[in-house]
Amino acid sequence: MANQSVATEKKSHLQHHFVDEDQQFESSKMGMWIFLVTEVLMFGGLFVAYIIYRAWHPDLFYEAAQELDVALGATNTVVLIASSLTIALAIRAVQLDKIKAAINYMAATILLAGTFMVIKYFEYMDKFGKGIYPGESYTYDGLEHEMAANFFSIYYMMTGLHGIHVIIGMVLIGWMIIKAKKGLVHSGYYTPVENTGLFWHLVDIIWIFLFPLLYLID
Amino acid sequence: MADSSQKTLRIREFPIDENPGHTYLNHEKGILSWLFTVDHKRIGLLYLGSVILFFFVGGMLALLLRTELLTPAQSIVDADTYNQIFTLHGAIMIFLFIIPSIPAALGNFFLPMMIGAKDVAFPRLNLASWWIYIFGALFALYSIITGAVDTGWTFYTPYSTQTGTSVVSMTLAVFILGFSSILTGLNFIVTLHKLRSPGLSWSKMPLFLWSLYATAVIQILATPILAITVLLLAMERILGIGIFDPSLGGDPVLFQHFFWFYSHPAVYIMIVPAFGIISELISTYSRKTIFGYWAIALSSLAIAFIGFLVWGHHMFVSGQSELSSVVFSFLTFFVGVPTGIKIFNWVATMYKGSIDLKTPMLYALAFLFLFTIGGLTGIMIGALSINVHLHDTYYIVAHFHYVMMGGTVIAMLGGLHHWWPKMTGKMYNEFWGRITCGVIFLSFNMTFLPQFIMGSQGMPRRYFNYVDQFQGLHQFSTIGSYLLGVGFVMMAVYLLWSLFKGPKAPSNPWKARSLEWMTSSPPTHHNFEYTPVILHGPYDHHKPMKEFRMGVAEESESPDVIEIDKDPA
Repeated sequence: MANQSVATEKKSHLQHHFVDEDQQFESSKMGMWIFLVTEVLMFGGLFVAYIIYRAWHPDLFYEAAQELDVALGATNTVVLIASSLTIALAIRAVQLDKIKAAINYMAATILLAGTFMVIKYFEYMDKFGKGIYPGESYTYDGLEHEMAANFFSIYYMMTGLHGIHVIIGMVLIGWMIIKAKKGLVHSGYYTPVENTGLFWHLVDIIWIFLFPLLYLID
Repeated sequence: MADSSQKTLRIREFPIDENPGHTYLNHEKGILSWLFTVDHKRIGLLYLGSVILFFFVGGMLALLLRTELLTPAQSIVDADTYNQIFTLHGAIMIFLFIIPSIPAALGNFFLPMMIGAKDVAFPRLNLASWWIYIFGALFALYSIITGAVDTGWTFYTPYSTQTGTSVVSMTLAVFILGFSSILTGLNFIVTLHKLRSPGLSWSKMPLFLWSLYATAVIQILATPILAITVLLLAMERILGIGIFDPSLGGDPVLFQHFFWFYSHPAVYIMIVPAFGIISELISTYSRKTIFGYWAIALSSLAIAFIGFLVWGHHMFVSGQSELSSVVFSFLTFFVGVPTGIKIFNWVATMYKGSIDLKTPMLYALAFLFLFTIGGLTGIMIGALSINVHLHDTYYIVAHFHYVMMGGTVIAMLGGLHHWWPKMTGKMYNEFWGRITCGVIFLSFNMTFLPQFIMGSQGMPRRYFNYVDQFQGLHQFSTIGSYLLGVGFVMMAVYLLWSLFKGPKAPSNPWKARSLEWMTSSPPTHHNFEYTPVILHGPYDHHKPMKEFRMGVAEESESPDVIEIDKDPA
């Protein structure tokens, strides 16, 4: 329609069924928030399972949590909080048209996310080495409690699902870097970067709940 | 495109093109233009075709079940196959037919039109949700081929962790289908919030949209719980994580809590859109403003809310505590209140109305009758003492078929006839429409009324064999189900005839007042040639049709002027 008349070198991203950019931006953002609600609720199911089993077997959770490495968990917490900062800085940079800085911040976020995954990998490998596998394959005999395998099932389900989200987040941020390099996001249109940032904050905040619930049982 | 120019607002008779050369149906051609369309109307039809296909498959399975039940002993299939058939009948009807049925098919088509939008907020996501649905259906098909599930559609543990059938692929299918349902709900909520035309306030929204809104809220809030439940069930089978499996220290009742926390609200995902259709039908064919607009609109939200607090009534005999049973029973009675509000408002709308017994109205009346039976029997089995007697009997089967089929399917058929001229641009045969409605109504009651009697006498559900005393009622029910099948075949015949040979439909054959009738039949690619500005309510039947005007917003030459073109007379 009036796309040609817009005297700017930036490509318009307005889709045909929206009246203007504001409507499109607000719609996308609202959609993203609703999606995050569904994510929270999906993890909510696991949190409920956690609460119920902890209420039934408080001693199990106390004993089994001693097997987890608090230092590594704490490091990962710091790493993820730092990554939330870098993605927020990336969004700000895109809004200010500092595309190069934005790309660097996003790359830093991916790097931090990668660090998280590597630490998580060593944690998992350490557990597997002891025979602490999820579910029926559990063979570790260092814990007295007969329900020990159940705690680690919940541990693996929660951190595993979270890990999958970290990987999805890394892919999304990588995609945003490509978009930024192609000049597809700028101060006039930063919706996808903002929404990716929202997703990343969710990944971060879930870990902030997981860390004390799993590692810091006292 | 910082489009800061003001829009001129004109009020005028809206000239509707009665013979549009260019419609959404011929906008693009070829099978790929359908499979990869982002037009909400075409996606609505894709969904409509898919759900009809699965309704056919699920219906065929139902006829097999009924045929097997002709005799007390084995008739045509063996017991294990019987278990697989009733599981597939349930799973297909629930996950592949009834959950997407009204929202994703009719809702997709009419939601943007009713608010004067060109499309839903996220058209590509809309297409993705259909593809995800098809992908989920393929997963379900795969599980049927590799070992059809025999657990019942509820997948109760511990049996679902032990059976040799393909539970993992079936639960993954459910996981995927849930994702599709979430995306549709998300799309609808954002569309209703952000894409309403100028003048279309919340109080001018058709009640069908209020019901879709309430449905979408449930889809958003409940479906993720199903996702994590079936994921945990799949992990239980793959890894033996011991959360639901009692032999590994897990708790099977926890599975039931998780499952019904989704699946009870899901019952309202199925029925609330039907309420919306009934509101449209009753007002339109009574030629009367809907009685109690806000009461009906808000009762949908009330049902959505209370629906989250009643899941325990599925578990009265599963070993939950007495206190929770009492609380859940009490809350269950509460759902009856907003539902009753709706029924009374519909009846009040008809009072002194000028009732036109067209086919859609016949379906609406059938709905009132059947759903009231379904709803009131629901109150009965919500009572603890009666539930202990009726639990897991045919009484339950009859109850939920009266609600789901007598409610949702009948309402969907009413909506399908009501909107058929708009969707296809063709009129169906009114005579055969009415006859078929009568056949379906009678045969439905033939099929399911006897099941109430059998259930109250102690016939358990899901049983392959039964004691001889029930044979007469079972055979009566089976004959009813065959007639029901005949009814649907009749409908398929006259609707297909209408599609190819039917007379051309006018833009507003029912003199309805809502926005989707203010454009051509079938609609053009963008629904409206202008951005409509809404001046009237969706049920303004007190205004004569010729006074019914719509504003249009046009690009203005002079940005500051808003001219209102008053009544030309």
